[in-house]
Amino acid sequence: MNRLFKEYEIGDFFDEMFSARGAVRAHYQRLARRFSEMEDGEFDRKRQLAEKSYLNQGITFTVYSGDEGTERIFPFDLIPRIIPASEWEHIERGLIQRLMALNLFLHDVYHEQRIIKEKIIPEEIVRSAKHFRPEFMGFDVPKNIYIHICGTDLIRDRDGVYTVLEDNGRCPSGVSYVLENRQAMKRVFPKLFARYQVRPVDRYAQDLLAVLRHVAPHGNPDPTVVVLTPGIYNSAYFEHSFLARSMGIEIVTGSDLVVTDSLVYMKTTKGLRRVDVIYRRIDDDFIDPTVFRKDSVLGVPGIIEAYRKGNVNLANAIGTGVADDKVTYYYVPKMIKFYLGEEPILPNVETYLSADDKDRKFILENLEKLVVKAANESGGYGMLIGPHATKEEIEKFRAAIVADPRGYIAQPVVLLSRSPSFCDGCAEGRHIDLRPYILCGEKTSIIPGGLTRVALRKGSLVVNSSQGGGSKDTWVLDEIDEPPSQSQSQTQSQVP
Amino acid sequence: MLSRVADSCFWLSRYIERAETNARILDVNMQLMLDFEDQNPNMLQQHWQPVLATLEDQELFNKHHEKITPEAVMEFVTFAKKNPGAIISCIAAARENARTVREQISSEMWEQINRTFLYLRDGMARADFQDSPIDFYRVLVDKLHAFQGTSDATMIHGEGWDFLQLGKYVERADSTSRVLDIKYHILLPSGEQVGGHVDITQWMAVLRSCSALEAYLKTNVGEVTSWQVAEFLILHGEFPRSIRFCANKLNNALYSISGCEVGYFSNEAERLCGMLRSKLNYTTIGAIFDTGLHQFLDETQLSLIDIAGAITETYCRWMDE
Repeated sequence: MNRLFKEYEIGDFFDEMFSARGAVRAHYQRLARRFSEMEDGEFDRKRQLAEKSYLNQGITFTVYSGDEGTERIFPFDLIPRIIPASEWEHIERGLIQRLMALNLFLHDVYHEQRIIKEKIIPEEIVRSAKHFRPEFMGFDVPKNIYIHICGTDLIRDRDGVYTVLEDNGRCPSGVSYVLENRQAMKRVFPKLFARYQVRPVDRYAQDLLAVLRHVAPHGNPDPTVVVLTPGIYNSAYFEHSFLARSMGIEIVTGSDLVVTDSLVYMKTTKGLRRVDVIYRRIDDDFIDPTVFRKDSVLGVPGIIEAYRKGNVNLANAIGTGVADDKVTYYYVPKMIKFYLGEEPILPNVETYLSADDKDRKFILENLEKLVVKAANESGGYGMLIGPHATKEEIEKFRAAIVADPRGYIAQPVVLLSRSPSFCDGCAEGRHIDLRPYILCGEKTSIIPGGLTRVALRKGSLVVNSSQGGGSKDTWVLDEIDEPPSQSQSQTQSQVP
Repeated sequence: MLSRVADSCFWLSRYIERAETNARILDVNMQLMLDFEDQNPNMLQQHWQPVLATLEDQELFNKHHEKITPEAVMEFVTFAKKNPGAIISCIAAARENARTVREQISSEMWEQINRTFLYLRDGMARADFQDSPIDFYRVLVDKLHAFQGTSDATMIHGEGWDFLQLGKYVERADSTSRVLDIKYHILLPSGEQVGGHVDITQWMAVLRSCSALEAYLKTNVGEVTSWQVAEFLILHGEFPRSIRFCANKLNNALYSISGCEVGYFSNEAERLCGMLRSKLNYTTIGAIFDTGLHQFLDETQLSLIDIAGAITETYCRWMDE
């Protein structure tokens, strides 16, 4: 046996691969066997091979600070995260339920606002949400779908319970890594891959295109669909171009589009060509300088007018940010009950609202124990992890919360589950989360798995790529054929 | 096709071709230098100055260097990021353009450009260069040829491909005319040496830098004269780097894009290209030398500039609106 798992420490966390007593979980046994057959150094060679292939393919993201070498590969960990079929089935039901509720909520807040009238959510919370767009009250979107593409972040707590950490209902990114990671794993571990029945993910682009075509204005059966990107210097440009290529459609920047008489056209070598559906990877704020931020050079002047008149559709819709606000998050389980009359399948993390007097008192008294998040930030910014913070940082957040109670929420520190990750020659436990991508069109579908992000810095709970995070391939198994646990093989693969 | 994409394809291709021209010129010049018996600094300076003149890099070079030395010129034209005409800058620019049209070109094409860029950027190229500059330039030209082959074999030969052809042949016609112009300028005044040993070697070098020596020798058995070299590089109908060949290819790509009937024109680029083409198809080397070679080449370069401008005007005029 090689030294990959020799000194593995499970620690006081839920470990995806090992039970608390050190036995390899059933769905990881074949992997444990394959990895233990490897010679020393083989794993590292494979890792280098994978990295080189990412670099050659230009699968990189751009980091804004620092000058030279602004393109980096998103670190990829070769030890996959494996999800048994039964667990996935549970996750899938929970996510579909959640997205249905969010879309019903969006329709409601932009129309009758029943949920406010029936005092489920305070009016103040909706009205003060940074991304709420009152100018779209009463506006109907095709097929009543607001969030077409949702990235919901899940974590597992100490007991392994899948819990929702946040919803990303504006422009969730990362799906290209799901597809590329899978390609890399197939190349690097073809035999291991063949030993598992892993559910494929490669239909994502076709599913996405079907969703975009489904929501074309006026039910147009043959719409022209494009991807709108901020441009090659955007950190997610690789993904934008990847998706356009995989769907076989054009990728455009704001300056490729022009609006005339409230119709959107792209500028082609054969003149202007009408555009019907735009998968936009530009936030609301930047999409139209005549309506939102005047200083935006990325957007398309007049596009919102065209959208209002129903001449073009945008995915996701304008104003979905009110649903992924971190204060709104608190109310999602209530929404599920209110709109669907169901109990939430996936729980939220326990959350305190600093807008609530009682909660705020608790938050301010326990800052050093809590995680505080700004309601409208993403990417791991605007966050305080109490136990890891300095006195100064805590005081800064204290002042910020007092000044703007609506702007923050707090949660207990959740000890994210860990998964063995390759660090410096052997496997070490690192915290992970999971972002599945949910598509809502004619039906709601999720490609099996999603992006497993891993906090590669020792002890870190932050998985964002901008904060030293990496990713893993996520294997959702097709069968429930987990080998019967044999005590013999368990002792063999026990961690010393 | 989006105008921006057409423009990027055009420039992507020009930059690739430009990098290849640079690599080839440096390779040939390096080899020629090794034939010198006398390696005094003056001779070396005289030998390397035309490289800078051909590539129109002279002014910027002078800003950064006091003296022309082989090392300084090779460094400047190969690795100097501050020089927008350097090979590394051309490849970087080609790659930036390729990045914006990744959904148009094949993944294989993108990876070929990206690998070439990483090779130049990450020190492997530098190591190869230090081992043997000649081998290094060959390897580089091979990589760029691989890009051409990959494009041909993996990309749909549709509009995007046509724009790649436009960029390639505009750039190639231009660089052949410049190589010829500069060498002619430098070689001819030394009248006493016409037909001498150095002269033949130099003209052979001109042919080599256009990858034309073997092809030339097949056409003009056993003789290397300035007259015939000029004829070959300007007027040969089938040699892929001759100006006439390039103009014909350029013309084909233009008509393929517009679908216009041959014999007519549907835009200014086609009209100008048709004129250049018929000039090349119906002239003789005698007539060219009568007007003056330099003047002829100068006019050709100006037409190429006009054609490139007309292509942008015709297909990409929306871009800045």
